[in-house]
Amino acid sequence: MGNALMNFTINGQSVEVEADIRSSLLDLLRNSLGFTGTKKGCDQGACGACTVLVDGERINSCLALAVQYQGRSITTVEGLGTDGNLHPLQEAFVEHDGFQCGYCTPGQLCSAVGMAREIERNIPSVVTADLSADSVAIDERELRERMSGNLCRCGAYNGIIEAISETLVKAPALPQERARA
Amino acid sequence: MSAQSDAAASRPGRWQPAVTQDPMLHKHGALGQPVSRIEGPLKVQGKARFAAEFPYEGLCYAALAFSTIARGKITALDTVAAEAAPGVVLVMTHRNAPRMKAPSLMMSSPTAAGASDLPVMQTDEIHWNGQPIAVVLAETQEQADHAASLVKADYAPLPATTSFEEARKTPRQLDNLLGQPPVVEIGDAEAALKGAAVQVDQIYRTPRHNHNAIELHAATVAWTGDELRVHDASQLLDLTAGQLADIFGLDAEKVRVSSPYVGGGFGGKCLWDHQILAGAAAKLAGRPVRIMLSREGVFRIVGGRTLTEQRVALGASADGKLDALIHTGIVAMTTHNSCPEQFTFPARHLYAAKTIRLAQEVADMDMLANTFMRAPGESVGTFALECAIDELASTLGLDPIELRRRIEPEKDPTSGKPFSARHLIDAYDRGAERFGWNRRSATPRQQRDGEWLIGMGCATATYPYHRFPGGAARIRLTADGRVTVSTAVHDMGMGTATAQAQHIAARLGVPLDHVTFEYGDTTLPRGVIAGGSTQTASIGGAVIAATEVFVEELLKLAGNDSPLAGLSLAEVETRDGGIGHRDDTARFESYESILRRAARDELVCEAEAPPPAEMEAFSMHSYGAQFCEVRVSEITGEVRVSRFLGSFDAGRILNAKTATSQFKGGIIMGIGLALTEETNFDPRSGRIVNASLADYHVPVQMDVPAIEILYTDIPDPQAPMGARGIGEIGITGVGAAVANAVYNATGKRIRDLPITLDKLM
Repeated sequence: MGNALMNFTINGQSVEVEADIRSSLLDLLRNSLGFTGTKKGCDQGACGACTVLVDGERINSCLALAVQYQGRSITTVEGLGTDGNLHPLQEAFVEHDGFQCGYCTPGQLCSAVGMAREIERNIPSVVTADLSADSVAIDERELRERMSGNLCRCGAYNGIIEAISETLVKAPALPQERARA
Repeated sequence: MSAQSDAAASRPGRWQPAVTQDPMLHKHGALGQPVSRIEGPLKVQGKARFAAEFPYEGLCYAALAFSTIARGKITALDTVAAEAAPGVVLVMTHRNAPRMKAPSLMMSSPTAAGASDLPVMQTDEIHWNGQPIAVVLAETQEQADHAASLVKADYAPLPATTSFEEARKTPRQLDNLLGQPPVVEIGDAEAALKGAAVQVDQIYRTPRHNHNAIELHAATVAWTGDELRVHDASQLLDLTAGQLADIFGLDAEKVRVSSPYVGGGFGGKCLWDHQILAGAAAKLAGRPVRIMLSREGVFRIVGGRTLTEQRVALGASADGKLDALIHTGIVAMTTHNSCPEQFTFPARHLYAAKTIRLAQEVADMDMLANTFMRAPGESVGTFALECAIDELASTLGLDPIELRRRIEPEKDPTSGKPFSARHLIDAYDRGAERFGWNRRSATPRQQRDGEWLIGMGCATATYPYHRFPGGAARIRLTADGRVTVSTAVHDMGMGTATAQAQHIAARLGVPLDHVTFEYGDTTLPRGVIAGGSTQTASIGGAVIAATEVFVEELLKLAGNDSPLAGLSLAEVETRDGGIGHRDDTARFESYESILRRAARDELVCEAEAPPPAEMEAFSMHSYGAQFCEVRVSEITGEVRVSRFLGSFDAGRILNAKTATSQFKGGIIMGIGLALTEETNFDPRSGRIVNASLADYHVPVQMDVPAIEILYTDIPDPQAPMGARGIGEIGITGVGAAVANAVYNATGKRIRDLPITLDKLM
């Protein structure tokens, strides 16, 4: 067991790094490269906090051996938007309070962006009623199902769906909050 | 009390808890507005730095090895292979760990923070299955994890109590229940129950739970000489710093703990073994250390909510009036912790009854210390009590809301104190109307959609108001009219920073963008813990006190040439970026002008909150009415929560957006408590067997419907800002609301959480 020199494209930049060949993509990002926006919550693919995009597809980076992702294009939360130029979904998360502590948030954001691409490609989910339809009918139930791999213990689930629905994938809106009866 | 009153009397205009009201009570401005989280842009960019994300030169990574027996002694500990593994810097065990004092038990003194008072890695003794037996430090996390797997231990086991059924045979009486009497008796409740026209007498059970914040417990620790720096994930900063100083034999000022962002707390992000072990290993290795527990590690060394077995017995007359209210039972606990899961607390304050008997005992087990988890006591206590109330309503043929109307007390049923404010029935009425409660059939099994039986249930939510003494706040005003308020408090996602910025803007009469709220660091004035839904009111008390000093200092600085000349605290108010006479709008001077004329660059004032006399004089609680609709599959027993509404009476709401999220978050954790969450404890070995997020089922997106939140927004006249705290009430009553809805759908009473499919088949 030793180290290997590895190459990636991360958020559009070429990156070369020497790291333990046992490193998960998640640990490589966090510990070797300082991309600490990507979070660790379980290290076994159960919580989704580590979700990143690889060539546009969402994966759990804790379950990915870094050495196998050489040469691929990886997008982390740091690559979604920048100060003063946030991704619309990032803005919508702030507006709709799609987080509280903010720890699962980077994974939620990357997951939602990847999910939108899956819908564009007409990939059905387990709740899709008509698998033969030309385009999957997207409603709130579809969004919830497709975002169920990303846990949020603070319980910001409603705000997350509102933010996604407003920016990425149009779906029938949730009832508006009523502050006072 | 008298010293306090004398001091206040000598300074008219000062807030006297329980005597006068906070002048902010009816002032609005930025308060209550749905302001988005101030730190939101940082969090959505992944730039908010959590405890495990602080870089240090020469940092090494820690991994732990855990015991596999529940009680006994380590007879052999083979660390040779681990020490020889690549990259290993240190293997620390009880043999080479620095000598450290044991933590003091939380609440044993105002500065104690120990979740347990067992010594940490000082002897060969094992007290629970999963206790750390070795810490490995290595150059990378991979190397540390691998080496930790090479540590081998042999044990001489001792008899261990790992079965609750065994432990309960020798129950222990508590001296007190978090400062309250463990037994409350008013009249002869058992006799009254026997003689009552209608009786409900049932046993309810709730299992162990784990907080499971998504952020793993972590700390980055560095020594400089005899100074200890800890980047922690903490909801009790000052207590942690003081306790670490005590453990390592340091002066308190030698330890600095900061925790600006915490990835969820819920009672779990306190002082556990990992921070202590990281500090010890860093000292031994002479290098900075990062420890981030694995998810299994969190289950092994960070305690959760304990199990309860509760009896609720209600005796009533035909019109629903309670002749007897009995709530008793037992929880599992250890002899080395201080969390009794006070499930009898709700029954002390909720309903009028002619006789009352409340009592709880503990069954000591050899296990990891159980601890405080969101609404400790109330979350599971309301499950039993509110299911029993629903059962009584069914037996009486009364609507459950009508029953609660008939047993609404005029004063606190056990203490006899007046309520500071109580609008529970109002919350029920608003919630019922909005939820469409009138569409519910009183008879179960009346509504169906194919295989799905549909039902509605409701339950009362309740959580006490507390304000902790000892917190301080500092106000710094600069020549540009901007203010910075500082106190070592916490924001684990509750919205503290945002709501307090709004509060300070309103209190000092400045625009929100002129306010900076500093928190999350023990170098700031001493703060209170983030626990028991106390932080908002406690900060409020400190900011009130600091504001009084601030205004008095400014009046002094203003001097005789100011329009404010000769005015005192009682005659003025803050407004429009300055101070003005309460009644005379012409007499006003801005903060900037006062500083300029006094040739000052800044003014800094600090004060400590007055003691919480309001808690002694009044019964102060938040309330709520939880409404749930479920769909239950008649074929599989699957339960889906299809609608949920929480209607709260929690005093003044400081931020409509973040408060709504807090209420919803509590309700969602309550849905988990009702349907899926259970920490499985093996009674043979004392080991937690589902120590992962794959096997411990927290609610996921698909389990949660669009939740609706209502609130009365009626200020509590006794609380700072009129706000009572909202972090925990959301989870209370949810278990019962779901169970009562399941009964309404299916006709089956499930009294044993969680309500899994097998219990409905």
